[in-house]
Amino acid sequence: MDLRPTPSEAAFRAELREWLATSLPTLPPKPPPHDWPARRAYDTGWQRTLFDAGYAGVDWPVEGGGRAASPVEQLIFKEELEQAHAPYVGVNFVGLLHAGPTVIAEGTPEQKARYLAPILRGDEVWCQGFSEPDAGSDLASLRTRAVRDGDEYVVTGSKIWTSHAEVADFCELLVRTGPEGSRHKGITWLIMPMDSPGIDIRPLQTIAGSTEFAELYLDEVRIPAANRVGAENDGWRVTMVTLSFERGTAFVGDLLEAVELLSQSVDLARRTGAWDDPGVRRQAGHLRAELDALAALTKRNVSQAARTGVPGIGGTVFKLAYTETRQRLGEFSLGLLDRCGLAATAPHPLDGGGPLPVGTMVEDWLRGISLSIAAGTSQIQRNIVAERILGLPKDPPAGDGER
Amino acid sequence: MDFELSDEQRELADGIRRLCLGRLPLEVLRRNERTSRTVDRAAWSELAAAGVFAMTVPESAGGLGLGLADAAVVFEELGAGLVPGPLVATFLAAGRIEGAADGSVMVGLATRPRPGRPGTGVLPCIVEHLAELDVLVVDDGDGLSRVDPRAVDAAPLERPLDPLTPLSAVPELPAGEPLAGAAEAARWRRDGAALTGALQVGLARWACEVAVDYATQRHQFGRPIGSFQAVKHLCADMVVRTELARAAVHAGALTVDQPDVGDADRAVAGAKLLADEAALANGRASIQVHGGMGFTWEVPVHLAAKRARVLATHFGTAADRAAALADGL
Ligand SMILES: Cc1cc2nc3c(=O)[nH]c(=O)nc-3n(C[C@H](O)[C@H](O)[C@H](O)COP(=O)(O)OP(=O)(O)OC[C@H]3O[C@@H](n4cnc5c(N)ncnc54)[C@H](O)[C@@H]3O)c2cc1C
Repeated sequence: MDLRPTPSEAAFRAELREWLATSLPTLPPKPPPHDWPARRAYDTGWQRTLFDAGYAGVDWPVEGGGRAASPVEQLIFKEELEQAHAPYVGVNFVGLLHAGPTVIAEGTPEQKARYLAPILRGDEVWCQGFSEPDAGSDLASLRTRAVRDGDEYVVTGSKIWTSHAEVADFCELLVRTGPEGSRHKGITWLIMPMDSPGIDIRPLQTIAGSTEFAELYLDEVRIPAANRVGAENDGWRVTMVTLSFERGTAFVGDLLEAVELLSQSVDLARRTGAWDDPGVRRQAGHLRAELDALAALTKRNVSQAARTGVPGIGGTVFKLAYTETRQRLGEFSLGLLDRCGLAATAPHPLDGGGPLPVGTMVEDWLRGISLSIAAGTSQIQRNIVAERILGLPKDPPAGDGER
Repeated sequence: MDFELSDEQRELADGIRRLCLGRLPLEVLRRNERTSRTVDRAAWSELAAAGVFAMTVPESAGGLGLGLADAAVVFEELGAGLVPGPLVATFLAAGRIEGAADGSVMVGLATRPRPGRPGTGVLPCIVEHLAELDVLVVDDGDGLSRVDPRAVDAAPLERPLDPLTPLSAVPELPAGEPLAGAAEAARWRRDGAALTGALQVGLARWACEVAVDYATQRHQFGRPIGSFQAVKHLCADMVVRTELARAAVHAGALTVDQPDVGDADRAVAGAKLLADEAALANGRASIQVHGGMGFTWEVPVHLAAKRARVLATHFGTAADRAAALADGL
């Protein structure tokens, strides 16, 4: 065990920090949170900036156009970006973390040539069409049907919770090509251009009042067979490649954001006088211990990934722990606002000082609720830990095909 | 950076695990339950011969010259083996008190009650393993002193919570010979908290292991209880608590060894806090998985819950630790 950076890790951090210090001040102002076209432009603009500086796809292999940074360098990359308050990956998330890595691992040479570079440059945005109204946790029961017709697939069905669908150019789409009831043995992974005729996008409003995800109705959408990644009916295995990416180092930025939220909360507690309460201080101290431990667990998972080459099951353990801490932190910070935390707009503070961080804290509390649902619910994650780490017997009948 | 255990560390852990299982299996340990002498001195010497107490003593002084992180890996195994005795105190004393490193002198640790401290006004000092100690070190707050355990006026307590940790109530700790100053006392508290955290991680792990074994064997409704989600989720949460606490304890100990990577006091305080919680919660959860069996004296799972309760009182309370962490915010 060694927590000290190697000379090359230290150099990577220093170079990155210097670049961030010069390039962040040139960034345009942040777009309003509900203006999705503006957000797309902002996020992809930042991706382009990263690309021009050679920092796009640090975690991607060289043959995919990436930098093939070691897992430790990926950790450093995310730490430095978050600490410098660089923009979040935003709408580029699916392309950079799911679709791109899947195409790299499973795509044909033509697919790699066509799709990878535009993701890295921020030219094209992807969304993820996995979940369906009747197939969430039990993803392998998905029913969106694809029928082969010449050199095309004709796709009919519906997808739900598709984040960033309105601003996406492509969708990584899971469809049923096998017979009904074939579960994970009859699924195929397709690249669906979002401007194909027959796609109806209906935005869904989240509990935060935003429209981050949508429902997709697919009515005889024609997708070229050349857009299939992996073999027909082998899409489940292809999908597992992406899902394991999602559970790797995906939360580094979020964790540092939580550290920032804790320090904002402490500032607020000092300002309101709540900090004089030993109970409040203890809660804050406890949250700090948890966040420190989560940072240590990240380092452990990253080190393991560096040795084994794959993000291990440690990511599942991390997600479970992180979710609980983050939700508790949300309660803590909102509690400090007392009844002023009951609206997302801040009332005038009586001390005449700057505005209260009400919006951030209400937003964070609401977003925290989705952590135990998105990317596999906490119940499903516990099943995974119990069955795959501890080897406890499967719970029939929902054994295979849980996300 | 490489935060995985090295091959040497894994071997070290394996060796100690084998020693515990071979030399101190639970059924043997349990023969001394509720006696005033629960430590098998021959086995204690074997632990010493394996280097358990002298791990961080420099090689020039006859030790192994390893780091506190290596010690944490080993202490996790001692925790998982439910090895009784003042392991941490004897480790801290090695290199300073003659005979501690080789196991011939068993050293205990007590904290002198501080008069001004809220909540302790009428409570006497409770000392562990007093009858079998060779030396008692007292943390006076501003330094350490050395006391002859035979000179301590104490009343043994019947029915100690952990049947393998005998306790005595000491109304008045005698003044001892000065052993070390404030800085050394602070180092003992920090390193001691890190290693006690490692013992707790071991207990948390063991509690989970026995729960999983039981959940695999015990059948109800025609299937193993481990196939029920309510049971699975209890077990999964045990894994999460153990892994988080282990990462924190290793980071804490390693930050002591490599002070340039962070604030060691902070890392250790957080680690002990989470390790205590993991051991306490896993002890309870494991009993729950065992059902009525878990509430019997015979099934050993209660020993983990009880030892965890004892160790959670070492080197300050959870409230102290959380408050100290908040002070740095
Ligand atoms: C903010 C957000 C963004 C998302 N973005 C996307 C996206 O871009 N693309 C996409 O494809 N999907 C996306 N999702 C969908 C997400 O993956 C699913 O919501 C999730 O997998 C759960 O499925 P479900 O909503 O159908 O819930 P269900 O599966 O219906 O679950 C309902 C409840 O039942 C429990 N449950 C279900 N099965 C079991 C079981 N076997 N054991 C124990 N409990 C069980 C669950 O834990 C949950 O509490 C997003 C979700 C959210 C919240």
